[in-house]
Amino acid sequence: MSGYKFENKAVQWFDDRLPLFTVLRHSTTDYPTPRNLNYWWNFGSLALMMLVIMILTGVFLVMNYTPNAALAFDSVERIMRDVNYGWLIRYMHANGASMFFIVVYIHIFRGLYYGSYKAPREVLWWLGLVIYLLMMATAFMGYVLPWGQMSFWGATVITNLFSAFPVVGDYIVTLLWGGFSVANPTLNRFFSLHYLLPFLIFAVVFLHLVALHTVKSNNPLGIEMKGPQDSIPFHPYYTIKDLYGVGVFLIVYLAFVFFAPNFFGEPDNYIPANPMVTPPHIVPEWYYLPFYAILRSIPNKLAGVIAMFSAILILFFLPWIDSSKVKSAKFRPIFKQVFWIFVLDTILLGYVGSQPPGGPLVLIGQIATAVYFLFFPFLYLLGKIEKPRALPQSISAAVLKSEKA
Amino acid sequence: MAETSTSPLASPPEGETRRDFLLYATTAVGVAGTAMAIWPFIDSMNPAADVLALSSTEVDISHVAVGQSITVTWRGKPVFIRHRTPAEIAAAEAVKVSDLRDPETDASRVQKPEWLIVIGICTHLGCVPLGQKPADPRGEFGGWFCPCHGSQYDTSGRIRKGPAPLNLAVPPYKFLTPTSIRIG
Repeated sequence: MSGYKFENKAVQWFDDRLPLFTVLRHSTTDYPTPRNLNYWWNFGSLALMMLVIMILTGVFLVMNYTPNAALAFDSVERIMRDVNYGWLIRYMHANGASMFFIVVYIHIFRGLYYGSYKAPREVLWWLGLVIYLLMMATAFMGYVLPWGQMSFWGATVITNLFSAFPVVGDYIVTLLWGGFSVANPTLNRFFSLHYLLPFLIFAVVFLHLVALHTVKSNNPLGIEMKGPQDSIPFHPYYTIKDLYGVGVFLIVYLAFVFFAPNFFGEPDNYIPANPMVTPPHIVPEWYYLPFYAILRSIPNKLAGVIAMFSAILILFFLPWIDSSKVKSAKFRPIFKQVFWIFVLDTILLGYVGSQPPGGPLVLIGQIATAVYFLFFPFLYLLGKIEKPRALPQSISAAVLKSEKA
Repeated sequence: MAETSTSPLASPPEGETRRDFLLYATTAVGVAGTAMAIWPFIDSMNPAADVLALSSTEVDISHVAVGQSITVTWRGKPVFIRHRTPAEIAAAEAVKVSDLRDPETDASRVQKPEWLIVIGICTHLGCVPLGQKPADPRGEFGGWFCPCHGSQYDTSGRIRKGPAPLNLAVPPYKFLTPTSIRIG
């Protein structure tokens, strides 16, 4: 491909037949990366690591888990009490889901702040959103598997969202359940899909990386690399930086696993599922809360469901909604503030979603929902009226200037 | 490529119609065949025969006193059977139907006024409303109150307040004797 000859004859022999080493070389030591990436760029590799940890711990959990409505809850308790290190593997998996979402949310907001969704990275952005949607589906079905009260009623409420659609709604819900309520057939199919989807995520991550290596990384300045003076090879410079980030991240992740393993969980999920009794306060997992708040803020059932799905789907159009030519918020004084308002609004929505409905929270949730959706048309107008700061000549010029200063 | 091989698609002197036929026929059979092959897999996710077989249940209601409610299971769902008091019946019948979100008269929802039989699933997102036990909150209309998103139902199980769009569903049922029913 590149015509490079490997010193080791066996490596060269193999590479002539399958260019594995050429591809590896091409995407590590030969892969040009902007020389000015900051620590916010660590979260892509962290997300990949979390995906691998989730798949590995999941595979080992399945060796002791029983996907049957009568046995599932007890099999999870057996993993916790009797299986060697079962508690560790399960807590790594359960807290790993939360960590995966934290990492991915930071990764998405990073892309938002530095305009990483803009040309030529639209398809890269889309693939990321597809991964995010697959993650939401996978996490939802995984949460059902322990078959506790929150598992059962979370599954009931979320599957019932589809009943909002006119005419076909009830048929879809019956099809999802395999019966007339959430029951054993539902658990079985969720288990099957929960095992399948991570491998689909893995495939889309691969495409995400192929797209990334085609268009190359964005960077904090939001200007493209113009030559070798703007870049450094990914290996060893960013492999070591990513590994350093892994070390810091693992401290946080394992602190939860060892010292607060149920921090992200709901106590009610340690009560076995009971189809006859709904817990007094149902909440989804924290990573769905902003969307749950949007759902509840709209008083009409169908409109609420549509608003909830739109809140994510609108992100696919972001490359065209944002009309500014300048990528990085560094050079967009107004966007920089609007971005933080958007972040705080999302966190506020998350808080509203976590609370029982009623009182002033209803109105606060509705205002926060309006702000969420107004962000996008405002972003379109902003690109037309905002006066961006002067962009540097090149990445190397900006880096060298800041080193002198 | 054009020099070393002749494309069969590039020069169709007279075989045009036959080739078109092959193309369209193969496409049509392929699409229809794929659709038919997918259907068994989708339908396998629908309720199985054993699930459908559990679709009726008989209940003895002789022990349910006036003002008392019981919950029975039908198709894995709770069914509320309430022996209504005369005051509850009067309240349900006094409501103006045109004021309701899902307009239904009380008479159309019961076979005998003293027995209200509804599926105990909130029509919003499927939670089980409270109101079966004497100490439960029953909302402003004396029926049921859903703890999930605050829907309130009246003594006829009709939606009166909150996000739910429809009244509590009435399952198909039949009085076998004056004191026993079959649901389903």
